[in-house]
Amino acid sequence: MSRLPIKKTYKLFVGGAFPRSESGRTYEAEGQNVARASRKDARDAVRAARAAQPGWASATAYNRGQVLYRLAEMVEARVPEFAELCSGRDEVERSIDRIVWYAGWADKLPQVLGGSNPVAGPYFNFTVPEPTGVVAILAPDDPPLLGLVSRVLPPLVGGNAVVAVASESRPLAAVELAEAIATSDVPGGVVNLLTGFRSELGPILAAHMDVNALDLGAADGAAPELEKLAAENVKRIIHGRADVQSPWEIAGFLELKTVWHPIGQ
Amino acid sequence: MAELDRTGAAPAVPADWTYAPAPESKDIVHLRDRYGLFVGGEWIEASETYETISPASEEPLAVVGQATAADVDRAVAAARTAFADGWSSLPGSERAKYLFRIARILQERAREFAVLESMNGGKPIKESRDVDLPLAAAHFFYYAGWADKLEYAFPNRRPKPVGVAGQIIPWNFPLLMLAWKIAPALACGNTVVLKPAETTPLTALLFCDVLRQAELPAGVVNIVTGDGRTGAAIVDHDGVDKIAFTGSTEVGKAIQRQLAGSGKKLTLELGGKAANIVFDDCALDQAVEGIVNGIYFNQGHVCCAGSRLFAQESIYEPLVEKLKRRLETLRVGDPLDKNTDVGAINSAMQLDKIRELVQSGRDEGADIYQPPCRLPEKGCWFAPTVFTNVAQSYRIAQEEIFGPVLSVLTFRTPDEALEKANNTPYGLSAGVWTEKGSRILWMAQRLRAGVVWANTYNRFDPTSPFGGYKESGFGREGGLHGLEPYLRFDE
Repeated sequence: MSRLPIKKTYKLFVGGAFPRSESGRTYEAEGQNVARASRKDARDAVRAARAAQPGWASATAYNRGQVLYRLAEMVEARVPEFAELCSGRDEVERSIDRIVWYAGWADKLPQVLGGSNPVAGPYFNFTVPEPTGVVAILAPDDPPLLGLVSRVLPPLVGGNAVVAVASESRPLAAVELAEAIATSDVPGGVVNLLTGFRSELGPILAAHMDVNALDLGAADGAAPELEKLAAENVKRIIHGRADVQSPWEIAGFLELKTVWHPIGQ
Repeated sequence: MAELDRTGAAPAVPADWTYAPAPESKDIVHLRDRYGLFVGGEWIEASETYETISPASEEPLAVVGQATAADVDRAVAAARTAFADGWSSLPGSERAKYLFRIARILQERAREFAVLESMNGGKPIKESRDVDLPLAAAHFFYYAGWADKLEYAFPNRRPKPVGVAGQIIPWNFPLLMLAWKIAPALACGNTVVLKPAETTPLTALLFCDVLRQAELPAGVVNIVTGDGRTGAAIVDHDGVDKIAFTGSTEVGKAIQRQLAGSGKKLTLELGGKAANIVFDDCALDQAVEGIVNGIYFNQGHVCCAGSRLFAQESIYEPLVEKLKRRLETLRVGDPLDKNTDVGAINSAMQLDKIRELVQSGRDEGADIYQPPCRLPEKGCWFAPTVFTNVAQSYRIAQEEIFGPVLSVLTFRTPDEALEKANNTPYGLSAGVWTEKGSRILWMAQRLRAGVVWANTYNRFDPTSPFGGYKESGFGREGGLHGLEPYLRFDE
């Protein structure tokens, strides 16, 4: 007698836990019932991100780099599973290499983006990058894994906490990634992944007063409206591309802090 | 097992509170009797050999190779082949993965390496465990990340590997100096021939097993052991494109002379005679800790050791008083004892050098203080030492002692402190102790030294460039700046 397999329940990833949508709603994607996050879920995710962000930002850059490298180790261990949920093995391997690539930036950014400023006076003046805070991301529909990795890693390595809305048509890779994140050493709440409708979640996140930056890569026609909502608390707006890898992707989610200090006997 | 005492009587109070020994077990280390040379991914027999010992017990640990010019030639050939056969053209992201693996394996085998480092070099296990090993792993992790990002470090300069790097490292931080050398070299796409110090070859030889586990392609890293003759053969070899040397200023000058006109790239990290400058508005107890860390860390076998203490006259007495009291609490002895603060002097040769310079201090008229401490009978030991009443002209104020010996001098004004601090041919590091931020920066601006520590001392990090001014050498190790010595640019 053949054994009947246990089917997975596809849930949200908020605050390091896997809740269903509080709304009790799902939608069908890739042949599965997937949680359809509500306004309340989005708010919970922002709250979890806000709570987790200071701890993540205050971890040493070396530590953040190692934690993200650990995430790559966890994804590497699930290559076959991921390959079935995206375009295949190549996309998974590129995603892993991209995670490692960004992990390496954690302790290098300040030397590339910051520096000392030779002001004309007896002052030591230097500029360092710091995370902007909570970043909301509308991840691209395609490629479902690499697109999400490409958008989530830059704010993450910079010390931000993230609320990302997964690919709407192919959300399963995001749920799988959530499971890899949960088993890595990324603290709960630093990455929150929502599945559901961009048209529903986009305006909520764009208008949320406790979100600092917005990645509208997948907003398409809705972008002008979302940008307008974002202006209420002067969110930083990024139009992230689905397949790009650059330290300047990180820079978009950073503030620059300049410190003056007098020099004298 | 004895029955529990249920009478409620309090346990007897010990008569005194001296430490019980807390020795770290050597069981984790499995040494071979003999080690050859690691060339082209394989062990080859060396034509000559010598014995490496523990400086703490004088017991022999293993027989290792004394590589000859012919052996060095084979190592360079292996490195050249590995460079041409794919390492230099491997995508940076793939090179990075090897370096990440090495970092991880060092973390996984940290205890084994730490114990062996203390056995072979004499440094306290507390330091090899908490400083050398974590930093060595971190260094590989850091430079792994650079391997595929070089174009961001040097925009529009099209960075390319140099070729074969010949690297010669000292005995004070054997594995850490290996990491400082190998990590950036490999990240930039070079291959390596590295010579560990004559007295401390064992962690470098154990590192070859890490390379095996990491599946690093054969010949990318070659380890040849031996004394100065082996080093000279590396420096001399036509197949070597770059020399990186950490060691004494005397040898550094000889290497620079030897390479004159050869066109080989060179970086030198040489000696120091750092000034540790203490102002009267400092946090005094914190400064005392920093002074002790500055000169007694690793038995003072530190090129950046704060070996000249400059005390502002107004706090001279309380400072020296506190310092002497603090020295009484330092535990000198078995490097493998987890309580030990000051371990064994690295070699009999180094001990002779320290003794000779200390004697010169007495002869020239300085006052010596050594806390009462019982030194083990066998092995190389030297008690923590403070000289007061030192004139700037004394040898102990001018020459690098490279041992646990501090010379105390005084000053009145910041200008005078600067003048005296900079009055040395060296320029590796300096320390400043004051609660006044503007003065820290004023001093830092004017001190002719590559690293300035303010209200701290002997801090190291892979992201932080390290290297000297003047006769302390040139080139930087660590940080973005540590990549440059291992790159050429098509501009």
